[in-house]
Formats: sequence, C-alpha cells, structure tokens
Amino acid sequence: MVDLTPYRAVLASRVRAQRTYRANFLLDLSSSLLVGLVELAEVWVVFRSVDSLGGLDLAAVVLVFGLADLSFSLADLAFGHCDTLPTYLRAGTLDVFYLRPQPLLLQLITSDISLRRLARAAVGVAALVAGLAMNDVPWSAGAVALLVLAVVSGIATFAAMFVWAAGAQFYLVDGAEATNAFVYGGRYAASQPASVWSRPLVVVFGFFFPMAFTAYLPVVTLLGLPGPDWMPDGLGWCAPLAAIWAWALALTTWRTGVRHYQGGGG
Amino acid sequence: MTDTIVETEALGRDFRVRDGLRRRTVVAVEELTVRIGAGEAVGYIGANGAGKSTTIKMLTGILVPTRGSVRTCGLQPVPDRKRLARQVGVVFGQRTQLWWDLPVRDSLRILAAIHSLGTTAERERTDELVERLELGEFLGTPVRQLSLGQRMRAEVAAALLHSPRLVILDEPTIGLDVLSKQRLREFLVAERRLHGTTLMLTTHDMGDVERLCDRILLADRGSLVFDGTLAGLSRTVGAERVLVVDLAEPTPDLDDVPDTRHLGSEGGGLRQRLGFDPDVTTAARVLAALSGRAELVDLAVEEPDVEEIVRRVYAARR
Repeated sequence: MVDLTPYRAVLASRVRAQRTYRANFLLDLSSSLLVGLVELAEVWVVFRSVDSLGGLDLAAVVLVFGLADLSFSLADLAFGHCDTLPTYLRAGTLDVFYLRPQPLLLQLITSDISLRRLARAAVGVAALVAGLAMNDVPWSAGAVALLVLAVVSGIATFAAMFVWAAGAQFYLVDGAEATNAFVYGGRYAASQPASVWSRPLVVVFGFFFPMAFTAYLPVVTLLGLPGPDWMPDGLGWCAPLAAIWAWALALTTWRTGVRHYQGGGG
Repeated sequence: MTDTIVETEALGRDFRVRDGLRRRTVVAVEELTVRIGAGEAVGYIGANGAGKSTTIKMLTGILVPTRGSVRTCGLQPVPDRKRLARQVGVVFGQRTQLWWDLPVRDSLRILAAIHSLGTTAERERTDELVERLELGEFLGTPVRQLSLGQRMRAEVAAALLHSPRLVILDEPTIGLDVLSKQRLREFLVAERRLHGTTLMLTTHDMGDVERLCDRILLADRGSLVFDGTLAGLSRTVGAERVLVVDLAEPTPDLDDVPDTRHLGSEGGGLRQRLGFDPDVTTAARVLAALSGRAELVDLAVEEPDVEEIVRRVYAARR
C-alpha cells in the first residue's frame, strides 16, 4: 500500500498558501473565469456566420467545448504546474526531489495544485450542462456511462499531455514553448470538431496526441451523428484506450527524460 | 573496523557538451577511490570545477556514474535512491528545500511526513533541532522573510530532521557572518558527537575545515590529490603563516628576524609582513624577537585560506 501522507501534506500546504493570499487568489479566479468565457464566446461568434461546422451545429459544438474544457481544466488544476519543470531544472531544485524517498514524477505532480482553475472548470461545467440541454440527447444508462467515461478519460488524456511535456523538458533547452504548442494547441483542437481538421492535424491530434477522443468523438457517438469518413462508428467508446495510449507516451517520455538528466544513457 | 558509509572505486563521470557544432566530452570526475567510515568528518576541497558537486550527485543517486562503482550507506545510490534518501541529508548552500511561502514550522512538518516520521519521533527531533539551532524566534516566519543566517539554520534542520547517518553539506557557510558560521559549526560538531553522524562538506572556508573536519580530501581535475589531516596538508605544501605588524614609526625592513622571511613593507616601513612556518617557530617567539627592535602598535596573524592551499598544491603538481 502506498503511503499517501507525504503527498497530502504537501498539497494541503499548497491549498493553505493559496487561501492565505486571498485577494490574489480572487483575482486569479476571476481572470481565469474571464478567459474561459471569452473562449466560449468565440464559439458563439463563429456560429453567427455559419450554421454548422464539420457536421456539428451550435448545440453540438457547445457540448464538445464543455466536455473538452471541463476535462482540460481539471487536468490543469492537478497537473498544469508540471510545466514549471524547466524552472526547477535551472534552479537545481529538482535535485531536492531526488533526496526524498518518493518517486520523482509523483513528487512533481503533487508539488502544487492550482485552485484558480476551478473557475475555468465552472465554465466547462456550464457549457456542458447547456450543451446537454440544447441537444436532443437520447438519455439512457449507456449515454450517462459514455459521458462519465469521456470526462474521466479526457482528464487522464490531458494530464498525460502535461506529463509528456514535462518529460520532454529534460532534453529540450527552453522547450516549454515547443511543448506548449502541443499542450495548449491540443486543448484548443479538442474543443473543435475534428472533422474540420486538415490531415496533419488529424494525425497529430487525432491519434498521436489523442485529443479527438476527449470530446469530439464521444459527442458524435452520444448524439449518433455521422462522423468523418476516417472514423468507424462508436469510436467515442474508445476514449479510455486513447487515455492509456497517452499515458504510455507520457511515461515513456518522462522515463527517457529522467535517464537523460541523470546521464545514464537515453 | 568501523562501518563504511561511503565507498567508491575508480568512480568517474563525463559530460557530453556541445561545443559549437561538435560535441566533446568533458571529464568532471576522473577516477575517485575513497572510503569514508561512520562518524568521520571529511572536508572535500578543491577549486571550482574540480568535480565536487558531481561527486556529491553521484553519491546521492542524482547522477549515474560513467565508470567505476559507488556505495553510500551500503546502498547503490541510483537503483536504491528512495531507501538511500532516508539515510542521507544534504544541505545545499545555494538552493533551498524549504517552501518559500510557508512558515519554517510548516516546512518541517511536511518534511516529517515526507520521511514518514512517527508523531513522537517528529516532535522529539523537531524540539531538539529547534533548541540546538535556535530556530524558536522565527519558527512562525515564512521562509522568504528570513535572513540568510536564519534560512541556513532552517535548511540544516530540514536536512537533518530524519536523523540521517550521512550529512553532506555543499558550501554550508557561504555568505554567512562570523557569528552565524560559528553557531552552525558548533551545532554540527555537537550533532556528530551526540549521534555519530558522518559529515562530508565542500567548502572554501578554512574555518569550516579547521573546526569541523578531521580529514581532508583535495580534488584536482576529478582525481584525489590529497587524503589526510589538515596538519598533513599544511606540511605537504608549507603552510606559511604571515605576521603583520603595524609599527609606531617608520622602520627599516625587518629582514633579519630569526626564522622569518620578510615579505614586504608599506608606508615607509610602518606596516611590515613577516612569513614564518608554525612548525619551526611561533608567533610569540617572533614577537619577542621584534620587541627590542621597534614599538608595536597593532598586529595580525594571517593564515593561508583554502584557495591558497589549493593553489599551492595545484602549483606543486604542475
């Protein structure tokens, strides 16, 4: 049995610290909320000029947006600080992790938590609820299961992206910009219908980083919509497989990165 | 035969660095063979770039050695890192393991959880460290508001909270004032006496070496060039001390005082510097010889610092 006390102790202190600087925290919350709202407004703006995007109407796109945004912001809340690894590497604070009797990656993940992302998750929840209300969802036990599966797998997939990005920092110098393109680009891609993507995007965000599986494919399956030609029916159910693939990719990258850092040969 | 805490055999580490378009290999540690027994206090000195930090990282499992073998507390540092972490404490003079926005007390509490100390063990050890390192007055202060001296004491408490068998200190007294250095050294001496802790420190401060260490390792280009006592090191390189005297009136160069070497005069002979070997004569004898010659206003005895000794050793090798 893994002893969780060390991780809990660190996380509790992070939560306390964020609550201590109350004004700062409120400011963070509201700016986070504002960004979320602006991005939601963007969806609405697009649909002022078109009726359908990649076979999805406004209602369906709101649902995709809500699903993607909720999963991403919850993953961001718990894993988003992994991209501070370059700072740790430069300051040498990563060495401190080596001197503690816990696995490095778990220490990094539990070294912080960004409660301000809750505001962003609230936007996601609102969009998700609105999306579910606006669509003619064929409610059934299966539909609920699909939604739950999509959210849980989505969080796991986005979390894996953050871990992948952290692992890649070990051999990229100042690589945060490069990995951000995939992490935040992936988030953006996830909130759009994958049917409008160009072929390279489908390859990168459809399969390599399985962003299409976090929101678009589950929504297509849920609403029984015709998907793009490259996709067989019911692909939305494969979201957990995508999450597992994303974690395999993330952990391999992390492991290789750590080996590189320690100089044990990649 | 005491327990062995550190044992290395032809330990070495190279780094591949990019030099323009080409890659070349830099040898940080060439071939280090050393054995440190339980309870020893070892000063690890050498110029910057002599491979001290790299060695420490290999001893603690942060870096994988390129060649040779290493065992710390009987464990292989890289594969056994997590078990080793429970037996080793490291103080980095330049980086912190405390949480900058938390009070010292909270940082210690978190570290106790990280090292899975029981409630009683945690309280006893915390009380002991708070008392002996005099942390009481700033226990509730966030780390970012501490002075350097206070922070270093808190860092030492953090690194020693889990009562490690081996404590490695990387430049622990750098930037500290005389009083803070003194307190820290006294604490480390007492810690070693009370708990039999093995100390290993890298330093540029001769005071650290003199007051804390009974053995010196001197590294040059990643190899050990001296292993012995400070007295032994001084004998090897000639630890000439310098007596600086300020005189009441300008005096001709005092170049014929027995057992001394006249090193220079300033202010027309108002201040003169005389070198002497402490194994041959003493400062008191030199002063006695001077007393008939001129009226002394002030005096100081200068000892060679670590850099000077290191420089002399390196010079003798080249």
